[in-house]
Amino acid sequence: MTEIFGYPLPVILGQLMLGLVNGSFYAMLSLGLAVIFGLLGVVNFAHGALYMLGAYAAYVGLNLLGINYWFALLLSPLAVGALGIVLERLLLRHLYKLDPLYGLLLTFGLALMAEGVMSNHYGSSGQSYPVPGALQGVFNLGFMILPIYRAWVIVASLVVCFTTWFVIERTRLGSTLRAATENPKLVQAFGINVPIIVMATYGAGVGLAAFAGVLSAPLIQITPLMGSSLVIVVFAVVVIGGMGSIFGSIVSGLVLGMVEGLTKVVYPEASNVVVFLIMALVLMWRPAGLFGRT
Amino acid sequence: MRASTIGYTLCILLALAVPALGIYPVFAMQLMCFAMFACAFNLLLGFSGMLSFGHAAYFGFASYVTSWLIMAHRWDTVESIVTGTVAAGLLGLVVGAIAIRRQGIYFAMITLALGQLVYFVCLQAPFTGGENGIQGVPRGSLLGLVSLRPDVHMYYFVLVIFVAVFLFIRRIVHSPYGYVLKAIRENEPRAISLGYHVDRYKLLAFVLSATIAGLAGSLKAMTLGLSTLSDVNAGTSGEVILMTLLGGTGTFFGPVLGAGIVTSLQQYLSGVVGDWVTAIIGAIFVACVMLFRRGIIGEVLAWQQRRQAGRAAAQQPVGRA
Repeated sequence: MTEIFGYPLPVILGQLMLGLVNGSFYAMLSLGLAVIFGLLGVVNFAHGALYMLGAYAAYVGLNLLGINYWFALLLSPLAVGALGIVLERLLLRHLYKLDPLYGLLLTFGLALMAEGVMSNHYGSSGQSYPVPGALQGVFNLGFMILPIYRAWVIVASLVVCFTTWFVIERTRLGSTLRAATENPKLVQAFGINVPIIVMATYGAGVGLAAFAGVLSAPLIQITPLMGSSLVIVVFAVVVIGGMGSIFGSIVSGLVLGMVEGLTKVVYPEASNVVVFLIMALVLMWRPAGLFGRT
Repeated sequence: MRASTIGYTLCILLALAVPALGIYPVFAMQLMCFAMFACAFNLLLGFSGMLSFGHAAYFGFASYVTSWLIMAHRWDTVESIVTGTVAAGLLGLVVGAIAIRRQGIYFAMITLALGQLVYFVCLQAPFTGGENGIQGVPRGSLLGLVSLRPDVHMYYFVLVIFVAVFLFIRRIVHSPYGYVLKAIRENEPRAISLGYHVDRYKLLAFVLSATIAGLAGSLKAMTLGLSTLSDVNAGTSGEVILMTLLGGTGTFFGPVLGAGIVTSLQQYLSGVVGDWVTAIIGAIFVACVMLFRRGIIGEVLAWQQRRQAGRAAAQQPVGRA
């Protein structure tokens, strides 16, 4: 059997693949955080909770309304995005002029509320969501076995991340968005309704989290706390990549997922903390993050 | 100023009388430990402008170290508390040195991530007992003179330390060092241009805050005789923020009041509404941020100031320029 540094190749490839799947989630979530932070100046602590709500929306849709996976992939982000828009209009909007720490605290409170309500309703034990029929089974690549669903998650997340990047960096809508980030007053003077753009951006960023939630539903147990520790890792990813850099958050999300996977092969005890350690190292070397500008 | 003197006198009298009033001393001790924790946190957020989102790391780590020294090495109570506190301070030195490289929102995210790192270390390290934590830690005695086993003895021990810490924090804030911290909070670039080594001041504030948080954690371990993962997790970091915010960030008594309210709510609500506690805590957070950002004490002080300003304006004789 082929070995690299004494570790069997299939084990390494298997963990790399799992890491890439995790990295896909990091990328999607940190991308949403970066987009929201870019325009609103708010670090959305509720991102993990909204990811969780996205997964539950899919679960409830399937079990109560008979909505299948593919429609859930569309409808759950819309529903959670709509919730996000309501939160932005009712609460977040009033904090833009204040210290950004208040936005963090508010969204932290909202996350606790969402997790508390869901824990009451569903208990802390997990719900499972079936893998959709078309994505069951595995690819046998010869050197390793790749479940089709995991491959689908990687592809779907890459497509979503690339599309978001393309919209923001290469389209007219995106240039308006970036202009509104730079100088909202001037953009408003050109007759563009900036508050509506801000609202829609929050809705879209949050919808992205819900999309990730639906994607994750067949992979893991859906629990009320599934997003709470994930969001902390995603924060670290964002600090490593440099907040406000769309490209940076995608790349660092994917790479850190794989690094975590490799750590599971080499020194499993450290796999939980490797992202945080890398964050500490990056801060000592480049405080603005790998792709960030100060 | 006089009103606050009366207030503090009443508080001290009430605190001294707690065992006689039939208030459960263990609850009062727990409350004081969290109040001390919140005061430590407030030293950082309220007086230095740094929002640490991972403060449970110091509280919980000190708690583990103290319990472990007593259980595994049969150390003396006071020695263990001191060592636990120092350990938390050293941890604060390491985390602070990394975190102060960024400001504001990044500082919060970095401390949160490093706090989570400490949590995972405590979850996996052999000496913490993993999911079970360390239980049944005996209180021992105070330097071999007075047994701390009776709740009343332990209560006065915690009270004395709490009052000392409270006065110590007041002293720091009113010292020249405290004024520099406030200047950094208000305008960091200006403090730098005035020639202050801003990073050193901030790091010292971080270490002091972590040390006091550690002392609170050690005392909590002694009070309840156990250290668990909940002392060190992100939820506790959130609670201490809420206590400070609710009571009044940047006021002296605010964190104490906030700790009192949050701890009592948790104690009594969990019997009444069960699992809704988390959601209620979240709702209080939202209400605090949206409605009264100064916190209870902060709003009272602001109201007093407005009233005094109004009175001063009314006394101003008309026509005098």
